[in-house]
Amino acid sequence: MSLSRDRLISIALVSPSILAVLVFVYGFIFWSVRVSMSNWVGLLPDYSWAGLANYRNLMHDPRFHIDVRNTVIFTVLFVAGCLALGLILAVLLDQGLRGETFFRNLFLFPMAISFIVTGVVWRWLMNPAQGSRISGLNLLFDKMGLDFLINQWYTTPYWGIGFIAIPAIWQMSGYTMALYLGGLRSIPDEVREAARVDGASEWQLYRYVILPLLSPITLTAMIILGHISLKVFDLIVAVAGKQLPLDVPAIYMWTTTFDGGFYNRGAAIGILLLLSVAVLVIPYLRYTLRTEAEL
Amino acid sequence: MRKSKFWPMVVVLLLAMALLSACATPAAAPAGDAAAGDEGTAAEAAGDSANQVEVFSWWTGGGEAAGLEAMIGVFNAEYPDIEFINAAVAGGAGTNARAVLATRLQAGDAPDSWQGHAGQELIGTYVAADQLEPVNFLFEENGWLDVMPETLIPLISQNGNIYSVPVNIHRANVLWYNPGILADNGLEAPTDLDSWFAAMDALQAAGVEAPLAMGEQWTAMHLFETVLLSSLGPDAYDAVWSGEGDWAGEDVTAALENFAKTLSYTNSDASALTWQDASRLVVDGDAAFNVMGDWAEGYFREIGMAPQEDYGWTPVPGSNGNFQFLSDSFVLPVGAPHRDAAIAWLTVAGSQAGQDAFNPVKGSIPARSDGDRSLYGEYLLSAMDDWASDRVVGSLTHGVVANDAWKSEIDTALGLFLTNSDVAAFQDALVNACAAAGPCQ
Repeated sequence: MSLSRDRLISIALVSPSILAVLVFVYGFIFWSVRVSMSNWVGLLPDYSWAGLANYRNLMHDPRFHIDVRNTVIFTVLFVAGCLALGLILAVLLDQGLRGETFFRNLFLFPMAISFIVTGVVWRWLMNPAQGSRISGLNLLFDKMGLDFLINQWYTTPYWGIGFIAIPAIWQMSGYTMALYLGGLRSIPDEVREAARVDGASEWQLYRYVILPLLSPITLTAMIILGHISLKVFDLIVAVAGKQLPLDVPAIYMWTTTFDGGFYNRGAAIGILLLLSVAVLVIPYLRYTLRTEAEL
Repeated sequence: MRKSKFWPMVVVLLLAMALLSACATPAAAPAGDAAAGDEGTAAEAAGDSANQVEVFSWWTGGGEAAGLEAMIGVFNAEYPDIEFINAAVAGGAGTNARAVLATRLQAGDAPDSWQGHAGQELIGTYVAADQLEPVNFLFEENGWLDVMPETLIPLISQNGNIYSVPVNIHRANVLWYNPGILADNGLEAPTDLDSWFAAMDALQAAGVEAPLAMGEQWTAMHLFETVLLSSLGPDAYDAVWSGEGDWAGEDVTAALENFAKTLSYTNSDASALTWQDASRLVVDGDAAFNVMGDWAEGYFREIGMAPQEDYGWTPVPGSNGNFQFLSDSFVLPVGAPHRDAAIAWLTVAGSQAGQDAFNPVKGSIPARSDGDRSLYGEYLLSAMDDWASDRVVGSLTHGVVANDAWKSEIDTALGLFLTNSDVAAFQDALVNACAAAGPCQ
């Protein structure tokens, strides 16, 4: 009796969220797929069948090509930057220096800020104006005599999107550090000592012992950072507004749907975004579920 | 103990589920039924009779909000028994507000009247979806046809039906210049494109690196529409928007080449500047020219600049005699929850008292030509003179000549052009945009 009541409670507890997820996640995914295969342009829904035409058009859309290119550049720089910086910070903190807690929190703090705030601040810092109107980091470089560092930041032709990765790395590398630090702490001292006894240098210790042991952390971090970067929207809008050289799929989805009324195209972009994130996340989920089952 | 906790919890969960399903229902209701069934629900929700009017706008700050308050004051004095509900949604140029409005309309929760840019932005979106009633009767009853320019009416109509009441008029084709810089270089305000280019060449030779200030992407579209008007002239300009003209024509090619040349004089950090930043470059002496709508004048005054001394103005070179306008206007929705009150609001919005309350505060001119001239400053008086005598043509960026879908396709084409400077590809994209979303189908 008491067991079945526990069961009842647990079912009652999860059923609202299951219902909500069914309706608001899977229901709307299905609905978006349907819209993406329709001819809906304008205020009123038009569900007439268009098949894959919207997807085909996107494949030939020069703006979508820019979006994909920008996403790839941003993702590579952002993920690589966060992993490298996060690992370096974690290894430094792991040396047992004084004030570790202080530095740990210092590096982690940017994560508590929203991308919008980060974006507004970095919009000022990365002011591309030169000459008499110079300001932000360019002004700092100018005053310090580091003129060769003065640049156009995110207005740089073609590579501008790469500079957007700087505030993103600033914000998320602390989080990556926390992940790595947790990983480093879980490596038993005996392992390090055994390696040292075998005559490994510090470099060899990290290269051949610690790093391989950290690879599950690296994978987790890549998945988390990767899906953030595929969906990036707010940071770019806050830094640079909606401009085509820095366009990404999420921004195109927003402008084409709400400024242009192309609900069909917006839904198609949304579904492509979902698929790209799924390609990243689903193998990872399967991997973690399988390893958990083994345990 | 366990028992006493169990049942309350179940009740709470059931309530939560009921709430969730209640939230889901309105979204599922088809928008088509909305107009008919709307009257009951909206009145019930507000919990009162017909004595109110809910007006939706994006006037939430600065002179716009103050102007709206002034016009509401006129409304309250004339209709003291109607309660005015100000449903304004913040967000630059209405981007957010229009997304909210679309959601409300799709859910069948229409306000009694809403703000929109007069012209195709309203017609292409809401008339195409059968959401608006023609307001010709208001124009006839109140004699507005006699006090508004004849060339304005076709631009805010479709098939002879007028669909909105314009409250204010802004001018898009204004060239702002720095009189000091021009005088120092022995130049006068240019009157056609060639003299403008010559002046900018001279300024560059004299060390002004970027004589023409430009800002983020929409200000590039603003510059584009004015250069298009200057190059094509008003007849051909109207023709390409009505579908009679040919976007693939040689005159359009020439216009695009002029636009490309204009861009070569602009600042390299344009995409990082707002329109205010760009306009400010002129009064600060970092640039000589800026093409911006006449809301820039309100901004210049706000930062303490004096007309004719710190800034001068002239129509964009080559567009003299043309008034490229945009206008905020109010509409009468089909099945407005409080139709009579909405008509009362529109009557005030089109009246001399209402427009003279709104416009001096907002920094625009009335759509009527009989505004009280003592209320307006030097620039606005010159704009009122031109409004009464010039030929009226519509703005692209601000919603008069192209519907939203067409405009967003042009915006994409323009954005690509700004990155690759390929005139032929730009023209192809404009031809395709007209065929895909404009009248060239």
